[in-house]
Amino acid sequence: MTTQLRFRNLTLGYDRHPAVHHLDGAVEAGALVAVVGPNGAGKSTLFKGIIGLITPLAGRVELNGLKRHEIAYLPQVADIDRSFPIGVYDMVAMGLWHATGLFGGINAKARRRIHEAIAAVGLTGFEDRPIETLSGGQMQRVLFARLLLQDARLIVLDEPFNAVDAKTITDLCALVQRWHGEQRTVLAALHDLDLVRANFPQALLLARTPVAWGATRDVLTPENLLRARQMCEAFDTRAEACRADAA
Amino acid sequence: MRTRHSTLAYELFIAPFADFDFMRRALVATLALALGAAPIGVFLMLRRMSLMGDAMAHAVLPGAAVGFLVAGLNLFAMTLGGLVAGLVVALLAGAIARTTNLKEDASLAAFFLVSLALGVALVSARGSNIDLLHFLFGNVLGLTRATVLLIAAISTCSLGLLALIWRPLVLECVDPGFLRSVSRTGAPVHIAFLALVVLNLVAAFQALGTLLSVGLMMLPAITARFWTRDITVMILFAVGGGVLSGYLGLLLSFHNGLAAGPSIILVAGALYLGSVLSGSVGGVLRRLVPKPHLEA
Repeated sequence: MTTQLRFRNLTLGYDRHPAVHHLDGAVEAGALVAVVGPNGAGKSTLFKGIIGLITPLAGRVELNGLKRHEIAYLPQVADIDRSFPIGVYDMVAMGLWHATGLFGGINAKARRRIHEAIAAVGLTGFEDRPIETLSGGQMQRVLFARLLLQDARLIVLDEPFNAVDAKTITDLCALVQRWHGEQRTVLAALHDLDLVRANFPQALLLARTPVAWGATRDVLTPENLLRARQMCEAFDTRAEACRADAA
Repeated sequence: MRTRHSTLAYELFIAPFADFDFMRRALVATLALALGAAPIGVFLMLRRMSLMGDAMAHAVLPGAAVGFLVAGLNLFAMTLGGLVAGLVVALLAGAIARTTNLKEDASLAAFFLVSLALGVALVSARGSNIDLLHFLFGNVLGLTRATVLLIAAISTCSLGLLALIWRPLVLECVDPGFLRSVSRTGAPVHIAFLALVVLNLVAAFQALGTLLSVGLMMLPAITARFWTRDITVMILFAVGGGVLSGYLGLLLSFHNGLAAGPSIILVAGALYLGSVLSGSVGGVLRRLVPKPHLEA
């Protein structure tokens, strides 16, 4: 198995306060990994570090030659301006950014791909709907359709199933499984442990530092989960400089 | 009878422009301004930066005033000064927002107060009160041919540049996180957009002055929000509203002896109020007198 993603003593954070602290490890190409942990555990921060939105405070992320456009990233819904006057079709079509760039036209083949992606998430007939009229679950389907068009090797999903109903989760999980079957590497931050156990072969339990990482059933034990809860949210405005590197 | 009616209509709506050069120039200038500025206003509004245009309009003043001090009422010196000052303030406000804890709107508020005071002080050092009035409220009826050409040129460049950055700009508004994840155009596009705002404000400054220049940019844009949920249509509405405001405003000013710049902005304001009341997307009447709900 080749390695798709390797963390080397990775520390990520804001204003010198670490949100992910000394993370080491590797993700194999084609792996399907759930990143689990309490709020504030550093899941979103880790993802931002992977796709390069923030630079590490220490250590590094190795992408094994992946180019920027080969990584697809689904941020938390809160980042999107839902009141913006744009329709479902245009929103999904953004997934072709790499192919079209600033000026490239959208030809018949691209249009067919857009319609296929919209159909794959069950939104056929919604093409002209403004995004502000969509429900939370429908919006999430739109974003998954956009991910489909991005055709990425590494797919990073930040809490993709928040406030989404069971039917939508089932449909979207099927898409995640489809990506897994296509040998794409998928990382997803999740809170529903039953969902993780049912769908994700591997899990990383994060509480600023990694608590456990490996096969899901070995990671999500009651002891590990308890430890994760206790370790989290240790933000301290008076914290001293970390000495782990010096030691 | 019929001829008398048509003569009256001609006298009211066409004669002012047919008979007077200065009215024609004013009309062409406002049409060009509406074409260039209204689309920019739509983006400012959608990015919740409506007040930022106002702040940047003030920032143009000290630059134009420096041009005035150096070269007198020279169009190009004042335009260049205004452009430089506007861009500097826009970039500085952004830089301060990124490097300190201050939000961009707070640093803009600080800048615009200082700019306004500095600009008025500079103009009053050399100019008369009339000059100051022109700086503050513009002189749309006194535009020279060169000024009209400048405004039209800026409007043309503005539309071209907007077409160039259209995709990433829309993307940055609706889903900035996605744009950052697929491309590095976010920062240059943002700067190009700020340049567009300044460019259009400098053009409008000639006609409407520091205090009203943002009027043809924001009012038609905000008005258009009440009529459509599609950004392309919204921009068409905004341009149409701006054109209508310019035309009706000039007529209002001509027939009633009112100041022209404020008349244009007042018409735009009336269109806005009318839309707040009767707009089909979220207008007050639509909310107060709802139609029966639908089956699905």
